[in-house]
Amino acid sequence: MALLVDKHRPRSLDQLSYHPDLSARLRSLAQSGDFPHLLVYGPSGAGKKTRIVATLKELYGPGVEKIKIDSRVFQTTSNRKLEFNIVASIYHLEITPSDVGTYDRVVVQDLLKEVAQTQQVDQSARQRFKVVVINEADHLTRDAQAALRRTMEKYSPNLRLILVANSTANIIAPIRSRTLLVRVAAPTEAEICDVLAKSGKKEGWPLANELNMRIAKESGRNLRRALLMYEAVHAQNEKVTDTTPIPPPDWDALIGQVAKEIMEEHSPARILQVRAKLYDLLTHCIPPTTILKTLTFKLVEMIDDALKADIIKWAAFYEHRIRTGTKVIFHLEAFVAKFMRILEEYLMNMDF
Amino acid sequence: MANFFDIKARKEAAAANGSSSKAPATKETTRSQPWVEKYRPKSLSDVTAQDHTITVLQRTLQSSNLPHMLFYGPPGTGKTSTVLALAKELYGPELIKTRVLELNASDERGISIVREKVKDFARMQLSNPSAEYRTRYPCPPYKIIVLDEADSMTQDAQSALRRTMETYSKITRFCLICNYVTRIIDPLASRCSKFRFKSLDQGNAKKRVEGIADMEGVKLEDGAADALIKCSEGDLRKAITFLQSAARLVGETQVKGDDEDAMDVDHDAKMVTVKIVEDIAGVIPEKTIEGLVKAMQPRSKGLVYEAVANVVTDMIADGWSATQVIAQLYQSIIYNEAIPDIQKNKIVLLFSESDKRLVDGSDEHLTILDLALRTSNIMAGA
Repeated sequence: MALLVDKHRPRSLDQLSYHPDLSARLRSLAQSGDFPHLLVYGPSGAGKKTRIVATLKELYGPGVEKIKIDSRVFQTTSNRKLEFNIVASIYHLEITPSDVGTYDRVVVQDLLKEVAQTQQVDQSARQRFKVVVINEADHLTRDAQAALRRTMEKYSPNLRLILVANSTANIIAPIRSRTLLVRVAAPTEAEICDVLAKSGKKEGWPLANELNMRIAKESGRNLRRALLMYEAVHAQNEKVTDTTPIPPPDWDALIGQVAKEIMEEHSPARILQVRAKLYDLLTHCIPPTTILKTLTFKLVEMIDDALKADIIKWAAFYEHRIRTGTKVIFHLEAFVAKFMRILEEYLMNMDF
Repeated sequence: MANFFDIKARKEAAAANGSSSKAPATKETTRSQPWVEKYRPKSLSDVTAQDHTITVLQRTLQSSNLPHMLFYGPPGTGKTSTVLALAKELYGPELIKTRVLELNASDERGISIVREKVKDFARMQLSNPSAEYRTRYPCPPYKIIVLDEADSMTQDAQSALRRTMETYSKITRFCLICNYVTRIIDPLASRCSKFRFKSLDQGNAKKRVEGIADMEGVKLEDGAADALIKCSEGDLRKAITFLQSAARLVGETQVKGDDEDAMDVDHDAKMVTVKIVEDIAGVIPEKTIEGLVKAMQPRSKGLVYEAVANVVTDMIADGWSATQVIAQLYQSIIYNEAIPDIQKNKIVLLFSESDKRLVDGSDEHLTILDLALRTSNIMAGA
């Protein structure tokens, strides 16, 4: 059984429920015959991918939905072999070059050139060009992005790129100046409620407005998470009412616990305890940024207003360190220690 | 099968095929071409606003003696266009294929390629053009190797070029193109005559954009051209891409020449407005930024956090790019007369740090929140 997220995913531009302006814009682009390169960006769970698939369908018709997975082997200059998965239909390719880490340049160079130099095989196809969707474009290395530059111009009769990214900060300016930027904003809470109500109706679940509102709020305007939470609530409870508690994800609960422990006691022994939990989170592949961010926002809620700005400052500082450093746990721990120190200092001053 | 070997017959067949299918095909390609390619300058005199460089190049064109060249400058100022136009004027459409080698970052350019491909090409003797062809184009007795985006070449590959450039200088000229001249190693830079391409000034860029809009039959609202130039920050390619995107959005894709009257009625309804341009460029609406600035105004501490946190969370969820937020916030704070200079000094430091963090890939939410809170702290006089 498919998850709600997949089962009720809109398949065409008409079915998209929010951002009607954007849908109309994409449609006019797809129908105009000269489709530009796109750079689609927005927070996760906003519906970037859904919109891209719908646009592709508008471009080529239902043929794009028949996809297959190819495994290809590329060779680097140093004769290293790279395995690389490609999701492809006869009209488009979907790649995630950041899978191969720093070798993404090789993939971009070889694959795109190969695609660009062959014309559309299907003569009855609606468009003469193929589309390559590049996921996680913001994780491409500088080299790979530089490799894209001329390719995008030179082979434009045969090739269109759709870059998908969470932010445009890491995309180099020459690429940005060659693409049409498409911003996909996260749905508002009301829009999430609508979507939840709609898919609940499709499943035949009773409507619980209050619950939907709460889920929308909890999800942080992330539609994917909202739908998953919605499904989880319904899977765990026989009868769902307005007051049914929403089970938080395990990692979220664990971080909540960590936050509480940090607040209770400020001592080296406590740091050791916390450390075990942090390791636990890391070994379960929760991204360090998520851990730090969730922890920060949980802690900020619990402390005095005067300290909040300071805590955010250090959170941002250590988050940056996580990015540039090599060992994550150092910085997480440093943040915890720093937090304890700031809080302790503040409490001491209060006493006197 | 006999037909297969009969080259003449094959050529004829190809010609017959070509004549039947070529015409619509070419039309199709010009239509689906990005305007950036379509309006690439055809000759040196078409290149916009690089007067100094162009005069020098035109003079060398007449003397038919070209130095090695190094073009540098920000993106979208016409570096690649200039070289291509120069090559076209020197060699004409036929010889250009054999006399010009263009390598860019999309090609593998490690040291092995420099050793083999570049050296082989540099070593190659020149073919002689026919006398008639020579009357039309100067066809000087050397080849050109264009290394586009040379700043992404490795140091090793660059040093491998050094001797090559000198040894074959009789029959080959190099032209390096890059954004950052500092990334080119000194020995290479000293072998080239350098040309700096400056950022396009407003007037020239505007003229060019308006010219293209006119040729494509796109109507621009008053001020839309200015908005285009402003959003593109002197990058003409960006401006043209924005223009084309805007034109597509308003549905201006029909090629001119249908029913003129009916078209005109259509055009009036669909103009490229300032708002559309800003939308495409990802400019954040004034109101959103104002909201953030207002939230940052000094108040009692807890309130500031609440207000700022709410605005920032919404901004991130709306998907505004953090770099854009920083850029616009910077504008609105630095040009705010009400903030004393001593505070601005401190604030600018914060902006610099945040920008660096974003480039390093830090989380946008935390970085912006931190920036906003600390700025507001400074504005409160702490």
